[in-house]
Amino acid sequence: MPEKRRVYFDNSATTMVAPEVIEAMLPYFTTHYGNASSLHTFGQEAHTALENARKDVAKIIGAKPEEIIFTAGGTESDNIAIKGIAYHEMKKGKHIITSNIEHPAVLETCKALEKEGFEVTYVKVNREGIVDVNDVERSIRSDTTLITIMHSNNEIGTIQPIAEIGKIAREKGIIFHTDAVQSVGKIPVDVGRENIDLLTLAAHKIHGPKGVGALYIRKGVQLKPIIHGGGHERGLRSSTENIPGIVGFGKACEIALAGLEKNAVHMQKLRDKTIEGVAGIEASFLNGHRTMRLPNNAHFRFTGIEGESLVLKLDEEGFAASTGSACSSHKLQPSHVLLALGLKHEEAHGSLRITFSRYNTEAEVEAFLGVLPGIVSELRKMSPLWHRR
Amino acid sequence: MYSQIVMEHFKNPRNVGVIENADGVGTVGNPVCGDLMTVYIKVENDIIVDIKFQTFGCAAAIATSSMITELAKGKHVDEALKITRQNVADNLGGLPPVKMHCSNLAADALHMAIKDYYKRKKGIEIEVDVDKHEHEHETEE
Repeated sequence: MPEKRRVYFDNSATTMVAPEVIEAMLPYFTTHYGNASSLHTFGQEAHTALENARKDVAKIIGAKPEEIIFTAGGTESDNIAIKGIAYHEMKKGKHIITSNIEHPAVLETCKALEKEGFEVTYVKVNREGIVDVNDVERSIRSDTTLITIMHSNNEIGTIQPIAEIGKIAREKGIIFHTDAVQSVGKIPVDVGRENIDLLTLAAHKIHGPKGVGALYIRKGVQLKPIIHGGGHERGLRSSTENIPGIVGFGKACEIALAGLEKNAVHMQKLRDKTIEGVAGIEASFLNGHRTMRLPNNAHFRFTGIEGESLVLKLDEEGFAASTGSACSSHKLQPSHVLLALGLKHEEAHGSLRITFSRYNTEAEVEAFLGVLPGIVSELRKMSPLWHRR
Repeated sequence: MYSQIVMEHFKNPRNVGVIENADGVGTVGNPVCGDLMTVYIKVENDIIVDIKFQTFGCAAAIATSSMITELAKGKHVDEALKITRQNVADNLGGLPPVKMHCSNLAADALHMAIKDYYKRKKGIEIEVDVDKHEHEHETEE
């Protein structure tokens, strides 16, 4: 029997760990397992590895190594950044600006702060999922201390006008944080050019291991720690450093940076081929902006079809895709991002996210485009919404 | 997440389609929540001789629809009225807790179809036990 097809098109959820990354990590489990805080040789090996990884991570966003702290992931970085600024600056003011399409790591952190008496303005996006810089500027108050807007959206892949928002924030003396978990390694990110004060990264989105993230903190920006302990990572993230994971993250950044342009071109080719192919299916729509989107993201909706059924049918055929974000499949609510675009609930329920990595091929896209129309029509035959439209 | 029986019914749903000139039609659910289901029945001498469904929804919604058609086919309408949501879920080897409410609509759709049959063919209004299916999705956090 031929081996069952296994095509992974869910790279915004997580990615395969690159073989070179695993190879780089292995010695830090087996022989170089010291604690980076220890004085002996084992400890110093770990410490050196930690600082080398810090250089690689800093480099991919144009930062200095001393501006990077390692964390346990994107969500933790977002929490450290947002709460850290909110608490540190609370004597100046308690107003935060964010968008209504942020990842839950940002949205829920903001909501938690609201319960503590902070005020949050959620800037709306347009129908294509882009934040309007003027809306951000108009939302600024005398007591605004933080603007946090994602670099690119995890569901629909739209790229936000980060440099412009950063410029406004800088001019007004407001701290600017961006969750760049989806952007890093796919499009150029430069904290200097884009006027970014705080930036969240995660290893597992760029072929590194899960459970490792980083936060860029521009020199001079002060945070109140929310995790207390032995004072690791400049006292902002106490806990023995996850050296194998951090080494893997460093390696993943090094590889991603070296191949940035080539991989972006490759993924964009797959994306555009997919968008063009899906356009041939009746009553199908692309969500998000046609061009201001990550090179690896294609996001569709199909009238009369519910997303979960589509994803499970695709899985049957060996294609791993998603209805939106992996997180929202635990809930029954449609995606807040799609509703923010002004889509109706039944439209938001019918979405499909395809996200590529450098490892995907054109043959995989062709095979996908070969099975998708059949699945769509099979589900529509079953759908009263399609029947009565 | 889903039992093998749910997946089997999702992959090979039984009795999909529409019955033209059905003796009873029942529609429940709300596309706003992502689940909408219509059940069509053909009845002879109070026996459900044919049943078909159309469903917009997740795998659970499709599997419960498929299961209800198997459970109801050949039954007396009054027997079919006794099939509960829980019976459907049990016959599917259980449903994930989050899917028990919104996606487990098939029994309600069947009951509505039988109510419709009674009204159309006998001129009798019967009370059927249908979940009000009130939605708080939009206000939920």
